[in-house]
Amino acid sequence: MSFFQKLTFFLGVLTIPYLLGMSGLFFGHSPPILNGAGGSFPYPLYSKWYFEYTKIDPSVRFNYQPIGSGGGIHQLLSHTIDFAGSDSPIPDSLITGSSREVIHIPTVAGAVVIAYNLANVPLLNLNKETLSGIFLGEITRWNDPRIVFLNPQATLPDLPIVVIHRSDGSGTTYIFTEYLSKISQRWAILAGKGTSVRWQIGIGAKGNAGVAAAIKTINGSIGYIELAYALQNGFPMAAIQNQIGQYVAPSMESVTKAFPRSFDHKDFRISLTDSAEEGAYPIAGLTWILLNINSTPPLRLECLIKFLSWALTDGQTYVLPMDYAPLPSSLRQNVLHLLEEVRRKNSLSAFPWSQRRSCWLLVGKECKISCPNLAIFKNK
Amino acid sequence: MGRMLFSSQHNTANNDPFERALANRGQKFKENIFTLLVYCCAFTLPTLLVFAAYELTTKCMPTVSKFGISFLFNHDWNPVSGHFGALPFLYGTAMSSGLSLLIASFLGLGTALFLTEFSPRWIQKPLIILIQIISAIPSVVWGLWALFELIPWLQKYVVPFLKDHLGFLPFFQGNFYGVSMLSGSLVVAIMILPIMISVTIEMIKSVPSIYKEAVFALGSTHWESIRIGVLPFIKKGLLGVAILGLGRAIGEAMAVTMVIGNKPEISLSLLSPAYTLSSVLANEFAESTSELHISALYEIALLLGAITIVVNLLAQLFIHGLEPLDFTKLFGKENQKKNLS
Repeated sequence: MSFFQKLTFFLGVLTIPYLLGMSGLFFGHSPPILNGAGGSFPYPLYSKWYFEYTKIDPSVRFNYQPIGSGGGIHQLLSHTIDFAGSDSPIPDSLITGSSREVIHIPTVAGAVVIAYNLANVPLLNLNKETLSGIFLGEITRWNDPRIVFLNPQATLPDLPIVVIHRSDGSGTTYIFTEYLSKISQRWAILAGKGTSVRWQIGIGAKGNAGVAAAIKTINGSIGYIELAYALQNGFPMAAIQNQIGQYVAPSMESVTKAFPRSFDHKDFRISLTDSAEEGAYPIAGLTWILLNINSTPPLRLECLIKFLSWALTDGQTYVLPMDYAPLPSSLRQNVLHLLEEVRRKNSLSAFPWSQRRSCWLLVGKECKISCPNLAIFKNK
Repeated sequence: MGRMLFSSQHNTANNDPFERALANRGQKFKENIFTLLVYCCAFTLPTLLVFAAYELTTKCMPTVSKFGISFLFNHDWNPVSGHFGALPFLYGTAMSSGLSLLIASFLGLGTALFLTEFSPRWIQKPLIILIQIISAIPSVVWGLWALFELIPWLQKYVVPFLKDHLGFLPFFQGNFYGVSMLSGSLVVAIMILPIMISVTIEMIKSVPSIYKEAVFALGSTHWESIRIGVLPFIKKGLLGVAILGLGRAIGEAMAVTMVIGNKPEISLSLLSPAYTLSSVLANEFAESTSELHISALYEIALLLGAITIVVNLLAQLFIHGLEPLDFTKLFGKENQKKNLS
């Protein structure tokens, strides 16, 4: 045998197991894969959820790519994935249309902390004026009277304030700039809110890790980091004055306290920043899973709804140990209610037989076990 | 293989053993399949390039029609209000790659001259291998190294020295916070050095030694022999090497993003943070939601692609010793003969 013949033979042998694996697709033995993409902030928790959920319901599998919220939203709206994860809500203009009706399902909450590097200052209090002043470049030195007034116990050095912000677009930036836009008129005009904004001053660093590294190396620096990252790395964090005047240090409890008592029962695009609740940490935000309920194949949607219902009930045990703030139970009940409603509409909605059939082929046989109420389609 | 193929097409004489073997139809069929396959392989990449260019151009139409040429001269970059201008990024890219090229050119030529002319035999091989290993280190590793090792070192020793002795220059004004144009350029210089050194070494080796020997015969020193007998012959090639390095420097994203400070501002000072075309792409692409923002990023990508392609083409022209647009010399043989005679 010549070298090329050997090579071809070898490659041919290699493809046999691959083809055998593929055959599962055609004979309906492989579980349906639900494809998702989006924010990287909830990715560790979602991975844990997928892992635990497939133990209970082995008939589905998940594939979630943490490509960023913006990318997830775009893929969802162009129908290339079944669900998206996003740290910022989508505006109405993007989600109403014939082929798209997107619902926001909140999963967990997170917070943004203000970390700083000052020797011998373990505690720092900041209120709305000083925080927005620092990030607007109006307060430039640590011993500014406005900061000293809030921190009589601390000895603040005569150092320039170096502002560090995220350079990559991120949900963390969205939450922080949304808060600044709420508390400062000037900020809202000059920069506004978004996953990337035009910063007035400061240095951009890539990712939570980049900001953390910059804060560690630059004396007199201040920046914002995602709460879980700051907790795991032990950064000094400033206590922020909330809307009702309390200075609150960031923690899981104070984030969960930021949820409003009453909210819309259909639209869960709730903003947690600058909460008026007792003991609430003011710079908090939700992360959502987005479902396109009009154009996702019904069987896939059914499987997703089952998964989300599990995540918001039994799945909650994994939230706190992984440094995410859980949703309060009243909100969870409402979300579960909405999911149930969507599920009923989904399974009862009348659509042509051909479409049903294609969905059936797409998802495969196995889903029948996990979604028993859809068996009616098969009999028709 | 090619010879067999072409000769089989005008099949006249049957006494050639190749011809007889190819008379078999099955054999011919195999040959044709093979040819087709090779054609497909060869055209894959060029087709991809054309498609990529087409895609980028169509995707960036919204910003092109909205901002036109002012996109290149506007220095406002505000994704929230939807105002986009690429000037700070263009400036940052030009400045950082220019500076890194300056550093790398001196270091690269020096290293290459040492390795070819001055170094003892036993150290030559290991040094060349070490330099080539450097090019295998991933960009992100250099970025991390720069963030945690290079920047503290710059902060502690280099920048105070520069400020003390050259502080009057506009390049060393303002506070130094570590992440800056200087750090970014240094990292890029390190990353483009290996390829520049390898190419320079090859070029020096290709200069026939008779020139140098002739200069020696006239009683020159070692350095003079290099200056008269080597350098004039590779002048154009050195320019090509520089442009090749420049092409690499312009495209470098990861390590630069980590250490350049990502501030879209135009400042002469090397100690202040800056922003480059490739870093803004690396930073903002994943999380951009508005149509205009994405379109602006696509236009940046197109700009970056166009600049790198032009620079690399220039490098090719210079390295192969061609006059621009003189295609008669493209087929290396005459060229080599000319060099030798």
